[in-house]
Amino acid sequence: MEYSEIMVRYGELSTKGKNRKEFIRQLGQNIRNVLKPFPAVVVKAQRDRLHVVLNDQPAQPVMDALQQVFGIETFSPVVKLPKDASLADIQQTAKQMIKEQYQPGQTFKIATRRQNKNYPLNTYGIDDGVGSYILEAIPGIRVQMKHPDINLQIDVRLSGIYLSSITIPGALGLPVGTGGRATMMLSGGIDSPVAAYLAMKRGVKVDMIHFFSPPYTSQQALAKAKDLAAKLAAFGGTIDFIQVPFTKVQEEVKKRVPEGYLMTIQRRMMLRLAAAITIDRHCNGVFTGESLGQVASQTLESMRAINDVTSLPVLRPLISLDKTEIIKIAREIDTYDLSIMPFEDCCTIFTPPAPKTKPDLEKTREFEKLVDVDGLMQEALAGIEVTKINVGDDYLNSQEDVFAELL
Amino acid sequence: MIYFDNSATTKVDPAVLATYNQVSEDYWGNPSSLHNFGEKADQLLIQSRRQIASQLGVQPAEIFFTSGGTEGDNWVVKGTALAKRQFGRHLITTQVEHDAVKHSMQRLEELGFEVTYLPVDEEGRIRPDDLRQAIRSDTILVSVMAVNNEMGAVQPLAEVAEILRDYPKIHFHVDAVQGIGKGLHDLIFNDRVDFATFSGHKFHAPRGVGFIYGRTGKKLMQFLDGGGQERGQRSGTENLPAIAAMAKAVRLLKQNEPQTVATEHELRLNLRDYLQRFAKVHIFSGTGPHFAPHILCFAIEGVKGETIVHAFEEDDIYLSTTSACSSKKGLTSSTLSAMGVDPEIARGAVRISLSDQNTMAEVEQFKRVFAKLYEQFKTLS
Repeated sequence: MEYSEIMVRYGELSTKGKNRKEFIRQLGQNIRNVLKPFPAVVVKAQRDRLHVVLNDQPAQPVMDALQQVFGIETFSPVVKLPKDASLADIQQTAKQMIKEQYQPGQTFKIATRRQNKNYPLNTYGIDDGVGSYILEAIPGIRVQMKHPDINLQIDVRLSGIYLSSITIPGALGLPVGTGGRATMMLSGGIDSPVAAYLAMKRGVKVDMIHFFSPPYTSQQALAKAKDLAAKLAAFGGTIDFIQVPFTKVQEEVKKRVPEGYLMTIQRRMMLRLAAAITIDRHCNGVFTGESLGQVASQTLESMRAINDVTSLPVLRPLISLDKTEIIKIAREIDTYDLSIMPFEDCCTIFTPPAPKTKPDLEKTREFEKLVDVDGLMQEALAGIEVTKINVGDDYLNSQEDVFAELL
Repeated sequence: MIYFDNSATTKVDPAVLATYNQVSEDYWGNPSSLHNFGEKADQLLIQSRRQIASQLGVQPAEIFFTSGGTEGDNWVVKGTALAKRQFGRHLITTQVEHDAVKHSMQRLEELGFEVTYLPVDEEGRIRPDDLRQAIRSDTILVSVMAVNNEMGAVQPLAEVAEILRDYPKIHFHVDAVQGIGKGLHDLIFNDRVDFATFSGHKFHAPRGVGFIYGRTGKKLMQFLDGGGQERGQRSGTENLPAIAAMAKAVRLLKQNEPQTVATEHELRLNLRDYLQRFAKVHIFSGTGPHFAPHILCFAIEGVKGETIVHAFEEDDIYLSTTSACSSKKGLTSSTLSAMGVDPEIARGAVRISLSDQNTMAEVEQFKRVFAKLYEQFKTLS
C-alpha cells in the first residue's frame, strides 16, 4: 500500500491547557529531528493531530522512527484522496487497504466522518457504499460494529479524503523537552540507561554525566557509555555527554578514608560534582539509576548519607523496580547488550570488600573532612569534556573505516 | 596449469590472502580478551559477521562461524536431532547428499533415529511428491542440498519449501556448500529455509573456515562446549584471520556473482557441446536452470575415471573423479548410482568444476588434449 502520510495522535496533551501549544511545538520539533534521515518528509504539527506527509517516502522506516518518540499516543498510516474523489475511488482504496490486513474469518467496519458538507454523499451513503462493496469484493469477510478486527476510517475533509485502517500504539509519555532539563548520572551498567529512558519519557531533556577513572577504567568503558547515550538519543535527539575525570578523587578518598566509608564518600563526591554541573547548566535535578536495596549504596540509610550533599531533587525512576523488570526495559530499548559488556566502570573499581550498608550520617561527615573536597571538586570540574552525541553514533566500533578496507 | 577441480577446493584469492595476513599481523589478539588489543579483534569479528550477514541479506545473529562444510552439516543434522528428539525421531534427506550429511544421518540411525532417503530422478533431482509422502508427524528435519557436488543438479528447494510451509516445526536445512555465488540466492535463502551450510574454501577463502546460517528462534543443540563463543553455540577461540578473510571473499563473491555465473555458464556450455560429439562420452549434467553453472560430469565408456584424471594430469590439467572426498576410496559415485546410471558407465565418471578464474583459452586447450586422449582410449578399449 502506498501511503501518503502518517497521522499522529497526541498523548496526554488534552489535560495540559495553556501549555498545549508548547507541547505540540516541541513534539513537532522532536519528530523533525528523528526524521532527519528522510529529507522529503514534511511534518505539520496542528492543533488536534500531527501530520507526517511522506512525499513518496516509504511509510515503514518513518513509522519505525516515530515509534520511539515520546508524546505520541497512536499513529496511523493514511492514504489521502482528492477532496472530490468519487465513491468508486474510495471503494478501490478501501479494498486494497483491507485486503492487505485481512485474515480469513475477520470482521470489519466502515466509520465515516464528514467535515466537508459539500461532498455529494453523506456519511451513511459512504459507509453503505464502501461497506457493501467490500462485502462483495472480499469473500468471507463479515461486518461487525462493535470491536471489529479491521476498522476502516474515512475522513471527508475540506483538504481531502483520508482513509486509514491501522492504529499503531506510540511510545506514550511526554515530548522530550517539555519536562524541563536535568542531568543523569550514566555509569555504563544496565540501570542508568533505563532510568534515563524513563526520565525522557516524562518529557525531561537529560544531559549525561559520566565519571571515568583512567587508567583504572578503560577507553572502551568510556566508549561504551557514549554508545549507550547514542542509543538513548533515539528517544529525544542529540544528547550532551559530559565526561568528568574522577581518578584523583577516587585515589584521594581511598588513601584517606576508612574502608567502610570509602564507597559512601566516593558517592557523595560524585553527587556533589553532578550537582555543580547541574546548576552550571541551568538544569533542575539529577536522575540516577538507583533501585532500592540493590547494592550497598542503594539502601535508604546510604541514600540519606549520600543525598546529604545537595538540596537539588535527586530523582530515581527505578527506585522500586526489580532487576528483572529493569532488564526487560533495557532489552526493549536495546541498551542491554551494550550494558553487559564487561568493562569496569568507576563505580566498580575501588569497592571495598565490605562497604557499610548503613553508614552513619554524622560519621560520614566527619570522615569526609579528611579529604580536600573543594580542591578535588575544582580539579575535576576543570577537566570536564562535553561531546554532542547523536543517534547512530558508534564509539566502540570506531575502527569501521580501517576494517572496511580490510574486509 | 589448468585447474578444473574447483568444487574440491578453490585457490585463495590474493586480496583475501592479504586480509588473512594482515589480520594475523595486526589483530592477532583473542576476541574474548578484555584488553583493548583483544577488543579490537572482537570488533573486527563483529564487523566480519555483519558484513557476511548484510551481503546475504540476513541478520548478524543468524551467522555462526564454523570450521567448514563438514562441521556445519554435522552440527545442523545432529544438533537438530538432539535439540528436537522429544518431538520425534524421524529425519528426511536425499540419496545424493554429501557424506557430511549422509554419514551424520547414518550415525543417528545407530542411535535410534529413523531416516528416509529420498530417491532422485534421472536428472539427479528429488521429486517433491516423494517428500510429501515421506513426512510424518514425528519428522523433525528435512535436509536437502542446494547443488549436487558430483554432477551439479540443483534441487527443487522452492517446492520443498512450499511443502514444508505446512510443517513449520520441521527444521529445513540446505547444504549450500556448492551453491553459494552461483546465482541461486533466492532459492537458498527462501523464507522457509531454517539452516544453511557454507564453506570458505569453495569460494576463494582459506580452508578450515565456514559458517552456518541459522534462522532466529530455531534451536540446535550447541556444537562445542567451552568458553561460550558464538553465543554459547560453538565454543573455541575464533579463527579471526580466516573469518575476516572469508568475509572479504563473500563480498567479492557477491559483487562478482552475475559475471561469474555468466562466465562459468558459457565455459560449461561450450565444453558440453564439444563433449557431446564423442560417441563414447556420456554426460550426466544437463542444461538449463536445474543445473549449477560450474559443474560438468561425464564419463567415457570403458575407461575408468581415475585413468582419465591421471591422463589429463600428464598435460597439467586437473579434474576429478566425481567427488574429491570419495575418489581416493575408489568408490563409484553414489549420486550416479542413485540416478540409475549403469555402474559400468558410472565407473568412468569424471567431474570438471569451474571457477570465475577459468578462461575460454583453457577450455580450448582442454579440448585439444581431450581429442588426443580420446583417440588413445579408443584403442585401449
